[in-house]
Amino acid sequence: MTNAELISQDPGWVIALKGLIIFAVCVFLTIMSVWGERRIVARMQQRSGPNRVGKFGLLQALVDGVKLALKEDLIPKSADRIVFVIAPIISTTACFMAFAVIPMTGPVNFFGQQTAMQLTDLSVGVLYILAVASFGVYGIVLAGWSSGSTYPLLGGLRSSAQVISYEVAMGLSLVAVFIYAGSMSTSEIVAAQEQWWYAVVLFPSFVIYSISMVGETNRAPFDLEYSSLKFALFFLSEYVNIIAVSALATTLFLGGYRALPGLGFTEQWLGGWFTLVWFFIKVLAFFFVFVWLRGTLPRLRYDQFMKFGWKVLIPFSLAWILVVASLRVLSQENAPQAVIFAFVFTVALLYLAGTSLFERHKEKIAKQAKTVNASEPNFPVPAIPNSRAEQLNG
Amino acid sequence: MADEILPRNEDFGLAKSDQAKAPITDHESASFGKQLLGFWVTFRTMFKKVNTVQYPEVKEPTAERFHGRHQLNRHPDGLEKCIGCELCAWACPADAIYVEGADNKEGEQYSPGERYGKVYQINYLRCIFCGLCIEACPTRALTMTNEYELADSTRGKLIFEKDDLLGPLRAGMVPPPHPMYPNTDDGNYYRGEVTGSHPSQGVAIND
Repeated sequence: MTNAELISQDPGWVIALKGLIIFAVCVFLTIMSVWGERRIVARMQQRSGPNRVGKFGLLQALVDGVKLALKEDLIPKSADRIVFVIAPIISTTACFMAFAVIPMTGPVNFFGQQTAMQLTDLSVGVLYILAVASFGVYGIVLAGWSSGSTYPLLGGLRSSAQVISYEVAMGLSLVAVFIYAGSMSTSEIVAAQEQWWYAVVLFPSFVIYSISMVGETNRAPFDLEYSSLKFALFFLSEYVNIIAVSALATTLFLGGYRALPGLGFTEQWLGGWFTLVWFFIKVLAFFFVFVWLRGTLPRLRYDQFMKFGWKVLIPFSLAWILVVASLRVLSQENAPQAVIFAFVFTVALLYLAGTSLFERHKEKIAKQAKTVNASEPNFPVPAIPNSRAEQLNG
Repeated sequence: MADEILPRNEDFGLAKSDQAKAPITDHESASFGKQLLGFWVTFRTMFKKVNTVQYPEVKEPTAERFHGRHQLNRHPDGLEKCIGCELCAWACPADAIYVEGADNKEGEQYSPGERYGKVYQINYLRCIFCGLCIEACPTRALTMTNEYELADSTRGKLIFEKDDLLGPLRAGMVPPPHPMYPNTDDGNYYRGEVTGSHPSQGVAIND
């Protein structure tokens, strides 16, 4: 039986228990990831990071949480109180909801009930994730707006613009996966990757997704005027979000809970529960990449960030979707090999022609730049006035 | 002429040839390969030994001339070196030192010569550990130790009184007040000609 069929047979208590467990695991993972990020980044900077609270500082995030919860909870005088309180809750909830459709294991025995560790299996699971993730933007915008101050508003708008732009590229990168898997259900997409991971088959999509997921989660608006537990909630939502997009990437591109190629026999270990280990290994690998990026690259300037999203990622993914869709149609219509080959060849030629034209354009600009004399611009300028000394001396 | 003082063209010292070379485009960005190299740097660093000192458990000695807590020194016979001149207080840029001098009296002699520091306070909430007070001190009464653990919980505790700052009484010293070494004046003290206490000054500490 497929995951979807198994899950549809779940009695109520299994659903409730699974929901609770998934929530608990997410919270635990998030809290641990705060600690993990701080430790890893510290090592990358030759520091040791938090190592005092508990063994290896494992309880650091917990203690931070307690501290934040006990801090004075400030609400600005001009704030819209209700919205101000609700905004961080929206943000955090939206991130958590995405986990409902992520398949974490194959078929397993759950307290005597045959099921899979996935809360529900929607036929449009991935669309649901995208929808819920965009819901989190409301949290950011409302938080910025409700504080009643200009700068948080600007910060909120800015980061929501960022999230939305990268969500476009993210959504487009997923289209190729839908076309290939023939489904939007997460469990079926995992099942469709039995032979080859989509990270290999649809490598460009994988690259686009990886970039846009970093862009989408980039920085929660810490510059908003939030304090105490509400700050903690925003902080939490950033990490939940990181884990959520990593889980989605694992599901869509790295074969989800399936074992690494060649280690398929491990999927039967512990009655199928071992697939959970594979799932989390992949998610944590993504998480490590997130931390690695943060530890290595400087923050992008906002306009460069937007330019890259709109002028590079989106056009590129659109072109890629065209190619994938055409190939898919050709193979479904049983077109002869020669036609498919000719198509691929044409696309490659077009790509090369495009890039070489672009290179020539760049060279031309560089050449122009070299010939310009900064002291004698080629556009009309008013005469340079006499120097101060000359003016003084007449 | 004034022309020679101020540059005529505002070229900010750039030679003509340099100006011609300067491109108007954006800064050249590092090549993709070089950017990837950065990832290797951070990855490699993860396996290096960390530099962090686990401070409260592990304490590394400071530099020899580290500016730490102050100390009021004594002459070898136990008399205080401080003469209450307030030069340290005047030198202090942070206004952290308060000194009140007083006259040494017969039977109540704390330092060689006429005057001694009756009240001596250093406020460590103000002190910036610049050491100008040490430079100002004419008798080497005030010096700095290497002690740096000065944190405390109240403001009052961070104003150090004379008792907190005075150096310890060592073997051969007599706790003041007591008279000066027989047949000496303050000049002998300052020149370092007094090397210990005399039985007539009082009972010396021995250990």
